Amino acid sequence: MTGMSDAVRPYAEGYKDFESALACGAPPWLTALRREALARFTSGGFPGEREEDWKYTSTRSLQQRAFIPALAASSAAAVAIEPARLRETPACTLVFVDGRHAPALSTAESTINGLHVNTLAAALTHDAARLESYLVPEPGWSADPFIALNTAFLRDGVVIEVDAGIRLAQPLQLLFVSTRQAHPLACHPRILVRLGAGAHGVLVETYLGLEGAANLTNSHTQIALEDGACLEHLRLQRESPEGFHVGRVHVTQQHASRYLSNNLDLGGLWVRNDLHARLQAAEATAVFNGLYVVNAHRHVDNHTRIDHLAPHTRSDELYRGIVGGGRAVFNGKVVVAKHAIKTDASQSNDNLLLSRQAEIDTKPELEIYADDVKCSHGATIGQLDEQALFYLRSRGLDPETARGLLIGAFAVTVLDRISVPELRVFARRQLSHALASQVVIELS
Amino acid sequence: MNETASMSTQTSDVEKLVRSEYRHGFVTDIEADTVAPGLNEDVIRLISGKKHEPQFMLDWRLRAYRHWLTMREPQWAHVRHAPIDYQAISYYSAPKSKRNAPKSLDEVDPKLLETYEKLGVPLHERARLAGVAVDAVFDSVSVATTFREKLAKAGVIFCSFSEAVKSHAQLVEQYLGSVVPYSDNFFATLNSAVFTDGSFVFVPKGVRCPMELSTYFRINAANTGQFERTLIIAEEGAHVSYLEGCTAPMRDENQLHAAVVELVALEGAQIKYSTVQNWYPGDENGVGGIYNFVTKRGDCRGNDSKISWTQVETGSAITWKYPSVLLRGDNSIGEFYSVAVANHHQQADTGTKMVHIGRNTRSTIVSKGISAGHGQNSYRGLVKVLAGAEHARNYTQCDSLLMSDRCGAHTFPYMEVKNPTAKVEHEATTSKISEDQLFYCRSRGISTEDAVNMIVSGFCKDVFKELPMEFAVEAQRLLAVTLEGTVG
Amino acid sequence: MLSIKNLHARVAGKDILKGLDLEVQAGETHAIMGPNGSGKSTLAHILAGREGYEITHGSVTYLGMELLTMAPEERAREGMFLAFQYPVEIPGVNNVYLLKAAYNAIRKHRGEEQLDAVDFLALVKAKMQLMEMDASLLSRAVNEGFSGGEKKRNEILQMLVLEPKLALLDETDSGLDIDALKVVASGINRLRSPERAVVMVTHYQRLLDYIEPDFVHVLAGGRILKSGDKSLAVELERRGYDWVLAEAAA
Repeated sequence: MTGMSDAVRPYAEGYKDFESALACGAPPWLTALRREALARFTSGGFPGEREEDWKYTSTRSLQQRAFIPALAASSAAAVAIEPARLRETPACTLVFVDGRHAPALSTAESTINGLHVNTLAAALTHDAARLESYLVPEPGWSADPFIALNTAFLRDGVVIEVDAGIRLAQPLQLLFVSTRQAHPLACHPRILVRLGAGAHGVLVETYLGLEGAANLTNSHTQIALEDGACLEHLRLQRESPEGFHVGRVHVTQQHASRYLSNNLDLGGLWVRNDLHARLQAAEATAVFNGLYVVNAHRHVDNHTRIDHLAPHTRSDELYRGIVGGGRAVFNGKVVVAKHAIKTDASQSNDNLLLSRQAEIDTKPELEIYADDVKCSHGATIGQLDEQALFYLRSRGLDPETARGLLIGAFAVTVLDRISVPELRVFARRQLSHALASQVVIELS
Repeated sequence: MNETASMSTQTSDVEKLVRSEYRHGFVTDIEADTVAPGLNEDVIRLISGKKHEPQFMLDWRLRAYRHWLTMREPQWAHVRHAPIDYQAISYYSAPKSKRNAPKSLDEVDPKLLETYEKLGVPLHERARLAGVAVDAVFDSVSVATTFREKLAKAGVIFCSFSEAVKSHAQLVEQYLGSVVPYSDNFFATLNSAVFTDGSFVFVPKGVRCPMELSTYFRINAANTGQFERTLIIAEEGAHVSYLEGCTAPMRDENQLHAAVVELVALEGAQIKYSTVQNWYPGDENGVGGIYNFVTKRGDCRGNDSKISWTQVETGSAITWKYPSVLLRGDNSIGEFYSVAVANHHQQADTGTKMVHIGRNTRSTIVSKGISAGHGQNSYRGLVKVLAGAEHARNYTQCDSLLMSDRCGAHTFPYMEVKNPTAKVEHEATTSKISEDQLFYCRSRGISTEDAVNMIVSGFCKDVFKELPMEFAVEAQRLLAVTLEGTVG
Repeated sequence: MLSIKNLHARVAGKDILKGLDLEVQAGETHAIMGPNGSGKSTLAHILAGREGYEITHGSVTYLGMELLTMAPEERAREGMFLAFQYPVEIPGVNNVYLLKAAYNAIRKHRGEEQLDAVDFLALVKAKMQLMEMDASLLSRAVNEGFSGGEKKRNEILQMLVLEPKLALLDETDSGLDIDALKVVASGINRLRSPERAVVMVTHYQRLLDYIEPDFVHVLAGGRILKSGDKSLAVELERRGYDWVLAEAAA
C-alpha cells in the first residue's frame, strides 16, 4: 500500500470490510474483477484539475469526506419517498435504500411477457456467469476512476432485459434513496439494460436524497440497444443539498436504434455526470435532453459525449441550465469518426446566469474526421429576455411572476422534448417542486 | 485502352493541381553570421553582446532562460509532431554585412534587396508599396526599415527591436513583458531568452499613424530558429494599423518559429494588427515546414480602447497561436478575425482568448477554418467574463469547411462567465462544398477551380473584409494557391 | 383620460420626442400618423412604460395619475393596453396561461374575484370566435411560430379579453391582408364605448377606413404638427406628409 494517496486510503480500507462482509461464494472472476478495479482506482487516485475533463470540477471536497461502504441494509419510510414515485402505473418499481434493494418498498416482480427484471445481487447469486461479459469494463472506459470504484464495490443494482420485438408501454422505475447516516456512506449501484432487436422500453432512474443525507452515490448505467431497439430514459437526480452524486451512463447503439435521454439535475451538493453514447451502426439516433438547476454553493457538472462511428447516424442535444448560485459546468463533445459520412449532429447549451454568486463554464466541442456531414453547435450564457419581460408586464404581470414564468418556460422547452406523456408530466412536477423550493431567482 | 489513357490524364491533371507549389521557397545565397546550434547562458550572452544591449535586457533574458529550464512543452493542443531538439537549433543568424548596421538602403546587401523584390516587397524608395512603411526582418535581424523620416515627423517611432532597445531603452524597459511576461508559457519564455529582433512601434498620444506599418519576416538560413518580438504601444487616442507577412525557403527539416507580439492600447487608442502568414508548410507528404508557435496578446489598458486581430494563416506545418485581448478598460473592444487553412499534412490549432475585465467590454470572434488533404484544423478559444465585467458582451461565430474525407475540423470553445449581466454567445457550423454548388457554378460555365475559389472566398468574406485592401487581395490569391487542386 | 404635456424624450443620446402635447378623453378615438422615424412607436412605448427612454422634460397624466412613475404592470392593471407592432415570441409560455395570468392579475387589482379555468376558457373561446382564430393557437406558446396576421389577431384577442380603458395600437395594420384587417378592425370597434378611448399609431390611412377616428394628428420631428378630423387622414393619403412639414416650417 505504499505510494497510495490519503484520499484513496479509506476506500482501500473500506474494501477489506466490504469483501469480508460479502456472503462467501462469489465466483473467482468476480473477486478478481473487484480487486483489479480497486487496484486501478488506488493507483490512479482521484482525477485532478489538470486533467482536461476535470478542468472546472475539483474532487477536493469529495476527497475530504471519508465515505464508508454501505455494509448493512438501511431503511426509509415509504411516505418519504412517495413524492419521487411515478404516480402513473409503472410496469414495476424497484427501490434501493443506500445502495441495497428494499423489497418492502418495491412492487412485486413484473409478470410482463418478455421483460426480465432482476436485482444485480440476485443475478450475481443465480446467474453470475452470464453477467461476466457485461461487467468487464469496455475498452476506453476502463480508465474512469469512478467506474473502477463502482466495479470494486459492485454488489447490487438492476439487470433489465427486454426480449426482441417486445414493446413495453409502461415505464420501469428504479428509485435510489439516500438516507441520513451518522457516518456518510458510499453507494455504487450498477444498472445493466439490454434491449433486444426491435424492443421498446421506457426507463425512469430516480435518485432521491432524504433530509440530511450526505452520502456519495456513484452509479454506473450500461445500456445496450440492439438493431431497431428504442429506449426512452429519464434520469432524475434529486439528491439532498448535502449529497454527492457521480453518474456514469454508457450507451452502445446498433443499427437503427434510438436512444432518448432526459437528464434532470435538480439536487445534490456536488454532482458530476458523464453521459456517453456510441452510435456503432448506421441509422442510429441519440437524443440528449438535459436540464440543471443550480443554486447556493452547489456544483453541478454535466459531461456528454456522442461518438458517430457509422454513416447516417444522427444526434440532437439540448442542455439547459438555470444557475442562481454555485457553479454549473457543461462539456458536450460530438465526435464524427472517419467514414461516418452523412452524420447529422446538432448540439446546443443555453444557460441563464441569475446571480453574482454564480459561475458557468461551458465547452461544446466538435471533433470531425469526415467531410460529408452536417454538424453544428451553439452555446449561450445570458439572462432573461428583456423584451419578453416587458411584454408580460405590459399585460399586468408583476416582475416576479413574469420572471418566474420565463424561467419556467426556459426549462419546460427541454421537458417538452420528452416523448412519453406520463414522463413529461412527472418531470414537470419534479421541476416545479425544485423551482419552488430553491430560491433561484435573485435580483441583481 | 482509350478509357484508361483518358483516366490517367485526368489523374495527372488533378495531381498537378494538388502539387501546388510554394512560391516563396527559394534560398538566398548570402554569407551569414550564424552561431553554432545549442542553447545555454553563453549563447544568450553572445546574442545580447552582438546586439550591444543594455544590462537590463541581458538580465531579463537570463531570468527567462532560467525559468524556461523549469518548464515543459505544452501538450494540450490538437497537434502532433516529433519532439523538438532545442539543442539542435541555431539561435542566431544574420546576413554578414561590412558595416555594423546599414545606415541607408544603399548600404544594404543587393542580394537582400533582390530577395524582398522577389517576395513582392520592394524596399527601394521608388518601388515601395504606396503608403506602407516596411520593416524587413531576415532570419534573426532587421535589415531595413522604410519611410522612417516621414513617420518621425508625425512622432511615430517605427524601427527594429534591436534599435529600440538601444535608442528607446526606457520605453522598452517600461513595456516589454508587460502584456506577455517572460514566464508566460513555454514558447514565449524561450522567445524572451533568445529573441533576436522584430519590430517596435510607438504612437504617441493623439497621433493617428499616417500610413500602414508593416513587417516582412523571412527565414532564410537552415537549422535556425526565428524568435522575433514585436511591441506596439498606442498612447491615449492614438491609432495604428500594422501588418505582417511571413515566408521561408522550402527545406526538408522543420524549423521553429516562436515569436511574441505584445500590444498596449491606452485610453481611446486603437490598434489593428493584421497577419498574412505563409511560412513554408512542408511538402504534400508532410516533410519539412515551419513550426509556428506564437504568442500574441493585446492589452486594452485604457477605457474606450480597441484592439483588433485579423489573421490569414495559410502556411506552416504546425500553427499554434491564440492572439488574445485583455479587455481591462471600460468600454474596450476586442476583435479576432481568422482564416486558417490546413492542407496536405498541415496542422493548425488556433483561436483566441477574450478576457473581459472592465465594464461594458465587447468582443467579437469570427473564425473560418478550412481543412483539405490530410490537414487538421482546430479552433480553440476562451471567452472569460470576470465578476466585475458588467454588461460584457461576446459573440463568436466559428465555421469549418471540409474539403476532403481525410482531413479534420475541430472546435474547442471555452466559456467561463462569472457576471450575471454578461451575454455570451457561441455558434459553430461545419459544411463541405457540395456537389450541387459546384454543379450549379459549372452549368453556368465556371470551371471547377474557379467555382471552388468563389465558394471559399465567400466562406472567408467576413474575415477578408477586415484586412487592409492590398493585403486582402494578397490573402485571396494565397488562399487560391494553397487550395489549388483540393477538389478534383 | 390621458394628458401629455410638452413631452421630451431621448434614446441612446438622441432626441426623439421634442415637445409633444396630446389630450385624449374617454369615448374618443385618435389616430396618430406620421412618416417613418417621426417618433410614433417611441410614444407608444413610453406610454406603456418600456425602459430605455430618457424623459428629459414634460409630464403625462393618465386617469389623474402620474403615468411616468408607474411600472408597466401597474399601467396595465389600471386599464392601459398596448398592442405591439412586433408582438414578442415567448417560447415555452403557453398562450392561454399568459392570458389567464394577466386577466386575473387585473381582476385582483380591481378587487374582483378570480375566474376559474373553465369559465375563463369559455370566455376566451367566445372572443376567439370573434377574431376568427383557430382554437389551437391557445395551446401554443405565446406568439411562437405565429404568422404576422396571427400575431396581430392575438394582440387584439388579448385586448378583448382584458377590456382596457385606454387601448394603444402600434401599427396594428402593418403586415395584414385585407381580410385580416377587417377582422382586426371589427375587434377594435367592438371595444369602442363611451368609457374607453383608443389611440392608434399608423403609417397608412388604410386602417382608418375601418375604424373611424374622431381626431387625426400628424406627428413629425417629435411633435404634433397638425391635428384635424378624419378628413385630414384622407388628405395625407392623397398628398403625403411633405406639405405638413413645409407648412410647419413656414
